[in-house]
Amino acid sequence: MTPQSCVKIREEWDIVSARQLGREMAKKLRFSTVDQARITTAVSELARNIYLYAEEGQICFEVLETADHKGLSVSATDTGPGITDISQVMQDGFTTSGGLGAGLPGVKRLMDEFDIQSEVGQGTQINTVKWIR
Amino acid sequence: MDKIMDLDISHYKSLLKKYLRNQNEQSLYGVELVSKSFIKNNILPDEIVNLHIQALSELCPDLNLDVKHSMDFLLEAMISYGLALQEVQTLREEQLALKSEISVAANMQETLLGTTVPEVEGLDIGVISVPANQMNGDYHHFVKGNDGSIGIAMADVIGKGIPAALCMSMIKYAIDSYPEDKMSPEMILKNLNRVVERNVDSSMFITMIYSQYLPSESKLMYASAGHEPGFYYNAEKGTFKEIETEGLILGVLPDTNYKRYELEIHEQDMVIFLTDGVTECRDGERFIETEEVLNIIKEYIDLPAQEIVTNVYKHFEKLQDFQLKDDFTLLILRKEV
Repeated sequence: MTPQSCVKIREEWDIVSARQLGREMAKKLRFSTVDQARITTAVSELARNIYLYAEEGQICFEVLETADHKGLSVSATDTGPGITDISQVMQDGFTTSGGLGAGLPGVKRLMDEFDIQSEVGQGTQINTVKWIR
Repeated sequence: MDKIMDLDISHYKSLLKKYLRNQNEQSLYGVELVSKSFIKNNILPDEIVNLHIQALSELCPDLNLDVKHSMDFLLEAMISYGLALQEVQTLREEQLALKSEISVAANMQETLLGTTVPEVEGLDIGVISVPANQMNGDYHHFVKGNDGSIGIAMADVIGKGIPAALCMSMIKYAIDSYPEDKMSPEMILKNLNRVVERNVDSSMFITMIYSQYLPSESKLMYASAGHEPGFYYNAEKGTFKEIETEGLILGVLPDTNYKRYELEIHEQDMVIFLTDGVTECRDGERFIETEEVLNIIKEYIDLPAQEIVTNVYKHFEKLQDFQLKDDFTLLILRKEV
């Protein structure tokens, strides 16, 4: 059994809780300081996306252990409107919020693995992994 | 590359050590060089802050705890900058790729639309056509008929850039398919109008002037589809006169008739065709007057036609700070004998 824990995202304040849990787990796994900060920023982006566009969802963390390396999986699940054009939101320079968000391309850069699935009207699921270097 | 990186990292540490000791300019110059190497190797700002934190804790093990925490705080603040930097890098690469793709297209356009000035005894022809951006939305083409006539087409797509350029290729191949030396200017426009009306988006318009010069009769026949009027230079009187033109822009109505005009040309007379990129040159915020174009032509009137058009272009290029607002095409035909 690998430990898994989740944070529900309903209001902006929940983003901080998700960041906190993500950082604690990254610290416990002995990620470098820079990687801890990157994982936390990715968590923040994912949680903000849920808060801004889906209204309700959750961020889950899971410790991954394979024969030769250890990592942290961060996934975001929501039951929001879904994404019509995934390739568009994965493009640099595209942010619908109009703000300075790093957006999903930013999350992809911060993490080592990135996978996204979305159904319009049903929701979005994003799975990411960061491995310990 | 990792080796170079390790070298830079240890260099950074030693430079910092020196600087903490004596705060001299030499170490600051050193870190400027290291910083450039970091940029070259795509090292992100957060990684540099992290490197600084590590170096500092080695150099000052008894560092104040508040300062230590503040450095972690700074690292956190730098993460998003790193992301923004990566995004800019990607966009810059994409832009370069796009630019080179467009320049390939522009080269291809030049080949597709290429035309050579015909050599006819007793006629001096000069032409210059320069796009505002990489691709040209102006078009000119010469046809030498079997009967010794010279056909000259000049067109302008309203708008510029890639859509205009694509449109021009279609026009050229439509003209190519006509037995031109057997067709008069007004018939060519009538046919082209049909092609444009059927094939081009209704928001795009093309103006064209098509002329035919018959050296044996010293006669110029022409028809215009809403094109910028040209000028006739009477050498004897030394005066310019706007060439009479009337005709609907290509592609507006499916069945349009065009009127044929005729002009008799005497020795040393000139006919000038141009696009609105010439008459709508700007001097700062001010559009130039047509008079100004004619005055510049007059200034160089003793030169061969090609040198006149080149000099006129150079004049207006300079006037607009070497940045054309629109594609620029100017053609001069002079009867020498």
